[in-house]
Amino acid sequence: MSVDTTAPAAVIEAVNISKSFGPVPVLFSVSMDVRPGEVHALIGENGAGKSTLMKILSGFHDPTSGQIRLDGKQTDLPPNGGAEKLGVVLIHQELNLAEQMTVEENVFLGRELKSNGFLDKAAMQATVRKYLDEIGLDISPTDRISDLTIAQKQMVEIVKAVSRNARILIMDEPTAVLTEEETQVFFRQVEKLKESGVGIVFVSHKLNEVKEIADRVTILRDGQWIDTRASSDLTPDMMAQMMVGRELSDLYPPMHEADVDAELVLEVQNLRAPSVNNVSFSLRKGEILGFSGLIGSGRTAVFEAICGLAPIEAGTIRLFGRDTGPTTVAQARDLGLAYLTKDRKEKGLLLDKKMRPNLTLFALPKFVRNFRLDSKAEEDALNRAIRRFDVRARDKEITVGKLSGGNQQKLLLAKIMECDPKIVIIDEPTRGIDVGTKQQIYHFIAALAAEGVSVVVISSEMPEIIGICHRVVVMREGHITGVLTGDHINENEIMRYAAGLKREELH
Amino acid sequence: MMTASDDTAAKPAKRSSIDFKTIGPAVALLILCIIGFLLNPAFVSEGNLTNLLTRSAFIGIIAVGATFVITAGGIDLSVGSMAAAISGVMIIIMNNAVETMGSGVPTVLLGCGLAIVLGIGAGWVNGALTTKGKIEAFIVTLGTMGIYRSLVTYFADGGTLSLNFDIRGTYRPVYYDTFLGLPFPVWVFIAVAICGWLLLNRTAFGRYCTAIGSNEAVARYSAINVDRVKTLTYVIQGLCVSFATIIYVPRLGSASASTGVLWELEAIAAVIIGGTVLKGGYGRIGGTILGALILTTIGNILNFTDVISNYLNGTMQGLIIIVAVFLQRSDWKLGKSK
Ligand SMILES: Nc1ncnc2c1ncn2[C@@H]1O[C@H](COP(=O)(O)OP(=O)(O)OP(=O)(O)O)[C@@H](O)[C@H]1O
Ligand SMILES: [Mg+2]
Repeated sequence: MSVDTTAPAAVIEAVNISKSFGPVPVLFSVSMDVRPGEVHALIGENGAGKSTLMKILSGFHDPTSGQIRLDGKQTDLPPNGGAEKLGVVLIHQELNLAEQMTVEENVFLGRELKSNGFLDKAAMQATVRKYLDEIGLDISPTDRISDLTIAQKQMVEIVKAVSRNARILIMDEPTAVLTEEETQVFFRQVEKLKESGVGIVFVSHKLNEVKEIADRVTILRDGQWIDTRASSDLTPDMMAQMMVGRELSDLYPPMHEADVDAELVLEVQNLRAPSVNNVSFSLRKGEILGFSGLIGSGRTAVFEAICGLAPIEAGTIRLFGRDTGPTTVAQARDLGLAYLTKDRKEKGLLLDKKMRPNLTLFALPKFVRNFRLDSKAEEDALNRAIRRFDVRARDKEITVGKLSGGNQQKLLLAKIMECDPKIVIIDEPTRGIDVGTKQQIYHFIAALAAEGVSVVVISSEMPEIIGICHRVVVMREGHITGVLTGDHINENEIMRYAAGLKREELH
Repeated sequence: MMTASDDTAAKPAKRSSIDFKTIGPAVALLILCIIGFLLNPAFVSEGNLTNLLTRSAFIGIIAVGATFVITAGGIDLSVGSMAAAISGVMIIIMNNAVETMGSGVPTVLLGCGLAIVLGIGAGWVNGALTTKGKIEAFIVTLGTMGIYRSLVTYFADGGTLSLNFDIRGTYRPVYYDTFLGLPFPVWVFIAVAICGWLLLNRTAFGRYCTAIGSNEAVARYSAINVDRVKTLTYVIQGLCVSFATIIYVPRLGSASASTGVLWELEAIAAVIIGGTVLKGGYGRIGGTILGALILTTIGNILNFTDVISNYLNGTMQGLIIIVAVFLQRSDWKLGKSK
């Protein structure tokens, strides 16, 4: 490790930490320390062991060997979040809020304020309201968590951590679900925490953000510690190379011109559905169509309605030139239309099942022979998918919930592609995915389009929309505000339509 | 969802925990049998064993249906009352059919056919109310449980409905006759168990049940018709109740308000003892069969011995259920921390 002698003493230190799950090793003698008032970023490919290390640093996992030192003293951290009392707070990659409880109840969960033995609701709500105002979050302390967007839930997690007077705040991919704007709000919060002397550990696949916010960066590769450096010594490109251990070629594949005369495979006219207001657009064979806009602008709602996941109130949908009324998800699938959800934990994968049943679930009828499931065919499909999508699991039999986040995403993509769709809608294709894999996914999408599959990419990440899409639809508050092609696809234009500063009269 | 034998590549630590779950109920049953034998060697006499198997057929058949409902994340509390109501209606219809159709096989077939239609219908009502009506399964089946129970009481006018004596003669063999040394009810039990196992473990339908119980939203996004599959689990449950009723009616030839009391709890207990997870997503038909056998064996052993009063049957069953679930729990924790 690079030791800077002038730096303040570390609050928490991981020394030569190794970790195995059963016989499967995941971390090999990794060391890392966090000083007060610094942001220490941890980066690495999917499955490198970042989340595992974070869980060890906060007591959720025990290391197989190695020590944790708190203020220089060796400590056995109490399990299951007990380390919060020592000032070490982890915000999990998969958020950890009680969905049916209110914001206020969640923030004070386990340490409720009381007066005369009864809960002091008024005081708790006032405190939470103060935090919410500070962070600029427009929700009420009495809102139920299940009614919030993912971004809002993320902010509630941060409020929760802040309210616990954390000395060390460990955040596993907090910005994965945030828009750029929300990320900036979030970073202002992080700066404040830093000034008050909190040590922050930050895991992210967005290397630009790492460059912007981190003081030091630690790089992991395949469970090995590679380097710890001041972030001023690194560029995002260098970080990417150290993560993957090889030179990275272009992130985005070369753009093939879309065939403007190709047949229309999907025509949507005046669609009305929950959160969707009079939306019309079309999609051509082999086209990559981007859907941009702020979170909550109705992009997901449009496609949930088209794919039979939400009711259609009005409008017509023509698939491959034929009118289809409202369809069920299964009918949509059989017509060649597949939707890949952005919410992989809640809607995408059965976390307590193994990879095989997850992979084949969407296309299960394909695996039926004589009324019975053909387990051999399923196994073959799994092996093929693991190769094609480079799903990395050290043990093929683990439940999907134990796969690293990025590998879950790859498995989800494999699951949807298992039915060989002709139109695939991918909602946030690279959420929580490392640069190397991002590149793979972009090339995969481009290859699909070249084969004649039409792809809709819904994304809040502007660069990927710009990097891979032939045409971009921008939405705002349930309406389409603009459709961009060619040179007009740039950050500036998209933002102006997304923010409602510009609006196109649609024919 | 997958049997232990599929886990060829599993690491040793994991295999032992999975095996434990599979063989746990089997070991418990074996221990019970040994205890039974030690208390009274007559326990393993052929007569007692066939009696034991026949007795467990009712709960066992119903519990196979319950395994589907519970695996898909539901619950059905109405099965005991449903069995009583179906027996009541069967008896009334058969008695009334004697005049026109005589007391031969056709009348009995009419009764059985009717039982099947009623079972499917009652299951469908439970299913439709939970899925289309969007009412909690617990509430729906609590309601239908009360309705069916009061219907039998009403049909029997507070007393007992008795099957016409001549039909009883025709129908009797269904419960009392044997085939290849095993009583008919046991054959029905075996057939239902095999069909149930195949359906749950080897078909897309079974996979869908498991997926829905594991996470309903994921199931919906995976093109599964969640409402239809859930409704079908209740229909299967209803059908199983019909089968149990068809073999139960010739045993006593009567139905009353106390027919099938607490069967729902015994069925659910058999399912849970067998290792199916109550909140859904993980079902084992084999375990359910063992669970039903375990429950019946306890009662049987108590009949055989004076050490513990027969009245403590419920206590023993309750203890076994709690211990079984406790073992499953600690086993899960073990698996996680590794
Ligand atoms: N509880 C567990 N049991 C078995 N294996 C596990 C468990 N948790 C994690 N793993 C394995 O450990 C490895 C590291 O996973 P981890 O979640 O730490 O990766 P990560 O660096 O956070 O990746 P990502 O960027 O995709 O989130 C993976 O191969 C994963 O499958
Ligand atoms: Mg992770």
